Amino acid sequence: MTLYQRRRLSNQVVLGLSLAATALGLFWLAAILTTLLANGLTALSADLFTQMTPPPGSQGGLANAIFGSLVMTGIATLIGTPVGILAGTYLAEYSRGSRLAEVIRFINDILLSAPSIIIGLFVYEVVVLRMGHFSAWAGALALAIIVVPVVVRTTEDMLRLVPDTLREAAAALGAPKWRTVVQISYRAALQGIVTGIMLAVARISGETAPLLFTALNNQFWSTDLNAPMANLPVVIFQFALSPYADWQTLAWGGALLITTVILVLNIGARLVASWSSVKR
Amino acid sequence: MTAIPTTTSLEARIGRWARGQRRLDTVFRLGTALFAFLVLVLLGGVIVALVEGAWPALRHFGPSFVTTEEWNPVTDEFGALAPIYGTLVTSAIALLIGVPISFGIALFITELCPPWLKRPIGTAIELLAGIPSIIYGIWGLFVFAPFLQETVQPFLIDTLGEVPGLGFLFAGPPLGIGVLTAGLILAIMVLPFVTSVMRDVFETVPPMVKESAYGLGATTWEVMWSIVLPYTRIGVVGGVMLGLGRALGETMAVTFVIGNAHDIHASLLAPGTTISAALANEFTEATTDLYLSSLIALGLILFVITFGVLVLAKLLLLRLQRQQGT
Repeated sequence: MTLYQRRRLSNQVVLGLSLAATALGLFWLAAILTTLLANGLTALSADLFTQMTPPPGSQGGLANAIFGSLVMTGIATLIGTPVGILAGTYLAEYSRGSRLAEVIRFINDILLSAPSIIIGLFVYEVVVLRMGHFSAWAGALALAIIVVPVVVRTTEDMLRLVPDTLREAAAALGAPKWRTVVQISYRAALQGIVTGIMLAVARISGETAPLLFTALNNQFWSTDLNAPMANLPVVIFQFALSPYADWQTLAWGGALLITTVILVLNIGARLVASWSSVKR
Repeated sequence: MTAIPTTTSLEARIGRWARGQRRLDTVFRLGTALFAFLVLVLLGGVIVALVEGAWPALRHFGPSFVTTEEWNPVTDEFGALAPIYGTLVTSAIALLIGVPISFGIALFITELCPPWLKRPIGTAIELLAGIPSIIYGIWGLFVFAPFLQETVQPFLIDTLGEVPGLGFLFAGPPLGIGVLTAGLILAIMVLPFVTSVMRDVFETVPPMVKESAYGLGATTWEVMWSIVLPYTRIGVVGGVMLGLGRALGETMAVTFVIGNAHDIHASLLAPGTTISAALANEFTEATTDLYLSSLIALGLILFVITFGVLVLAKLLLLRLQRQQGT
């Protein structure tokens, strides 16, 4: 074999392997989604949305868990988003080139990838221990802490994409800085910021670890934010690991539900982001 | 007929307006600064809370906490060695398998893929990151683990298990769940993170450099290996570290499939535990203060390890950015 042939062969082998790697990656996605559909669709029924989580051996649904997840995700987004947007605004608009901003950006990136179970431990120490009991507030707070770094990061990135000429034009017309930020920068970066919020919501709606020791779980319908509250991820965790077939079926139903919501949010976020790039 | 404002009153009004705006400006700036500062406070708070919670256990057991395998809630004796070992081994398996596959995918997307396929494939791989870890867990427990138990593990025991010097890694019965299964699922979970960093850094290579190599007659693989990889070395390592950070802290998927046994076995097929799995499983069942504190101490150890890894990853990626001059 000549050198040329050997080089061509090794090139083809590597490119073939690379193609195989890509196929493998896509295969996992397909495998997980088809299993979810196959097992989850059998669990889908009106009961899933109207009945409470049952004791083992009887029929039921996930209504209280769905409600709890919506409430906690909602509160977490309401708390986390403004905090994240304002912090991101400071980094992008008020602290260009400052040392402090660089440190904050760095720490924020660390928080972004920090294990979520650590956040759960933190909230347990700070809130649950002091209050003396598990509560939906603690769960929502833990989720909010996960939302903040995601929103800070996307807000800052998007505000940085806004051309400075827009800010200068506003300043030339006599607009004060805060007005420039609110009416010019925010408006120009709106799609990007919305994308970030959607990705953050997608991220927390599947989070289980931080809820285990904060919101815990609740077998009944509860609207009391000061008490433990059922939520889909923890119910799935508990039911999937149980030996009861009924519970396992419900777990699959919940899993399908969560994954659908998250994938829709993820794809939706990408669509919103692409609209903005079309406009520019 | 309305009175025409005199010059003085107009000036006064503009002055008042300007002062008001200036005040608002200050309020807005300080407000955003406050929330930005909150990010720092948050990290500080996490560290303080973890140290405070872990203190009783650390004081009681001393440095031997990290060197003892014993984990016995009945006699109140706790050592972190088994979870630490499990965390490191599962993450190592994840990287060993996940990184080459990620490299393959990144290579495919940046060099081979027809342009119209780039986005769909990139998005599909990124969706893997969107699937929550509990879904990986339930899938791993009901589909992946039985599959491994029936096909892959017996095969490994019969082939690699017989190899002298390596066989001990694949000894014992095929249980399905265990350290290897957890590592494999982690490998799938870190794929999207490592791939996306690799893709990004590969695209920073100036086309001119690559084209020069192609012009000299290099094959795609030679360009990749001798031009792109050396150029982006630091970024690639940063991406791998980022994936490692993910794998170390991953909780739910691992909890489902690792078997939760506080033992250290040489065999990868045996059940084990990781720090995060121990926390998820035992935290709400911790009965004594010392038990609870030991679990928080585990959390502190996990935090210190991941913090170190992530800081290193970020520093490497920042260095690549500076090198780019962006």
